[in-house]
Amino acid sequence: MAGVQVSNVSRSFGAHKALDDVSIDFADGGFYALLGPSGSGKTTLLRQIAGFDFPDSGRIAIGGEGVERVPVEKRRIGMVFQNYALFPNMSVADNVAFGLSVRGEAKAVIASEVQRALDLVQLGKLGGRRPHQLSGGQRQRVALARAIVTKPRVLLLDEPLGALDKALRVDMQIELKRIQREIGITTIFVTHDQEEALTMSDRIGILRDGRLVQEGPPEEIYDRPKSEFAATFLGDANILRGDTTGTGIRLADGTAIAAEAGATLAAGAKASCAVRPERIRIAADAGSPDQANGNVLRGQVSKRIFAGNNSTYFVERDGQTLKVIVQNTGIDRLAEGQQVVLRWSPESTVLIAAS
Amino acid sequence: MAAQGATASRSGLKSALPLLLPAYLWLTVAIFLPLSAMVFFSFMTELPLSGKPWAFTFGNYAAFFSQSLYLTLLWASLRLGLEVTLWCIVIGYPAAYVLAKVLKGRSREAIFLLVILPFWSNGLVRIFSWAMVLREGGILDTALNAVLPFKINIDLMYSYPAVIIGLVHSYVPYMVLTCYLTLQAIDDSLIEAGRSLGASRLQMLKRVIIPLSMPGLVAGAVLIFVPVVGSFMEPRILGGRTGTFYGTVIEDQFVAVFNWPLGAALSFILLAVVLVILALAAPMLRRAA
Ligand SMILES: Nc1ncnc2c1ncn2[C@@H]1O[C@H](COP(=O)(O)OP(=O)(O)O)[C@@H](O)[C@H]1O
Ligand SMILES: [Mg+2]
Repeated sequence: MAGVQVSNVSRSFGAHKALDDVSIDFADGGFYALLGPSGSGKTTLLRQIAGFDFPDSGRIAIGGEGVERVPVEKRRIGMVFQNYALFPNMSVADNVAFGLSVRGEAKAVIASEVQRALDLVQLGKLGGRRPHQLSGGQRQRVALARAIVTKPRVLLLDEPLGALDKALRVDMQIELKRIQREIGITTIFVTHDQEEALTMSDRIGILRDGRLVQEGPPEEIYDRPKSEFAATFLGDANILRGDTTGTGIRLADGTAIAAEAGATLAAGAKASCAVRPERIRIAADAGSPDQANGNVLRGQVSKRIFAGNNSTYFVERDGQTLKVIVQNTGIDRLAEGQQVVLRWSPESTVLIAAS
Repeated sequence: MAAQGATASRSGLKSALPLLLPAYLWLTVAIFLPLSAMVFFSFMTELPLSGKPWAFTFGNYAAFFSQSLYLTLLWASLRLGLEVTLWCIVIGYPAAYVLAKVLKGRSREAIFLLVILPFWSNGLVRIFSWAMVLREGGILDTALNAVLPFKINIDLMYSYPAVIIGLVHSYVPYMVLTCYLTLQAIDDSLIEAGRSLGASRLQMLKRVIIPLSMPGLVAGAVLIFVPVVGSFMEPRILGGRTGTFYGTVIEDQFVAVFNWPLGAALSFILLAVVLVILALAAPMLRRAA
């Protein structure tokens, strides 16, 4: 097992820069999610790490050893594909055995390792089946067993759960996480599903147009997004735009918004503040005076979506719609059309330089 | 449930009958009737149409067994079929692989066209062009002597290799097409998965790609072997005196000797032998496919 260092990697296809100077450090034994919209370069980055494709410039090291010109056969990585890519002409056991048998391992060793890998993914009894006799979730487990049975240094997964339905996907997320913990393998997981990235990984890297936008633990990216894109792509965020005051911004109508976290900016520059919908408290506007500390905005409820345990309010103010999510701890609900006050603390507010 | 299914499929057949009828009529008129006539002729002493008195006989079939010549020629033709099929695999499979898995876009279309080209040219033209290439003082001879510092004589005309070359050229497109179709259907991610597991290209070929393209290889082999065993045009034109095969003997009976009954009998013996060979090979072929 080993960590992976990607340093200043760029890769172009014709004039299109699929990866633009990307550097990430994947710690040994960590579970890493690469998150980004379609076409952002996630697969391209994974293929550079796997060795299916070579970077135009930059370095890739696995376990401290530079591998950027080493082909995939020699990199000792395990790869799980979105479409499973099981060999249809072989049984489940032969699929799992493939990596060991091309290496010329002894038959007895192969048999016991294969059984162990199948047991690990809870398919111990299905070794004799053909891939087409399995369900989607089972095939994905076989693909996983096949990838880890050779004890690779890194496990790479390209949207492995994308083809599964929602319930099965949640099962597989838990399962994958359990297996990863059990064998402690460095895992790089590509997904475009932000919830999947948040729940599963130790660290997340967000890609956009071939660039690494932000990288860090899920909580850090969620609480301290460094760009409007990161704030809105990972979770939901209200973005308020104005001129920076140094510790916050002043909106067009003169209202000041205070922020405790985020970029340090020269006063007067364009900037925005991001705040998560669940961090905002909402109440009927009784016309009472504002308290000294905390951010306050007034508006009108334009729409309410009731979802049982929570409600989402859309609040119109000064031509902008703000989103507020409230846990339904009581039954006092606000009606559409009602005048409301929104309050939230500066520490829940992130100052972001204008992009 | 089962009875219901049976009636459903029967009524399905009934409604499909008007659609199938033209095809069956055509098959009856174009293939079944002439073939039955040939079966009938093969048991005659003389062709009934010739006006001579004729009688029923097994003599035409007996002739095959009474002369070792026919058996020798049949054996030679089977060997020819096998050799041509093998050469078509050796040449056609790699070509199909390159077409399906290596080339992309316009270059694939261009090469594909080159492969299909023999299909579009008249068979006789094709064979006579080979005659021009292979004979002494022909294109191959002249070209090689122009390049090589020493004098060599290339005269492949009227030889076994010439027959093989002509037949392989005629039939290799079948192998390329059938293999191309099965190779095309193999997902590239299978090959990538194999490589990520540490398999070399040769190991991938042996364990994944060839097994998965078996149906195409088998279909191509059958499509080539059967007509080559009965071929007569290439052996006659390119083989000359060495080009006497089972197929040329049958052709002689029809166009030179006018012994249609014997020609028909020899054809049906060939048909029977080929069917027996395919039947014997079927379990193996089915497992491979
Ligand atoms: N082999 C290739 N040839 C040309 N363009 C490619 C190739 N692979 C990827 N691209 C382009 O690079 C960009 C990033 O692709 P990809 O890494 O697959 O995105 P993602 O996996 O994030 O959806 C896309 O615009 C895609 O069209
Ligand atoms: Mg992708």
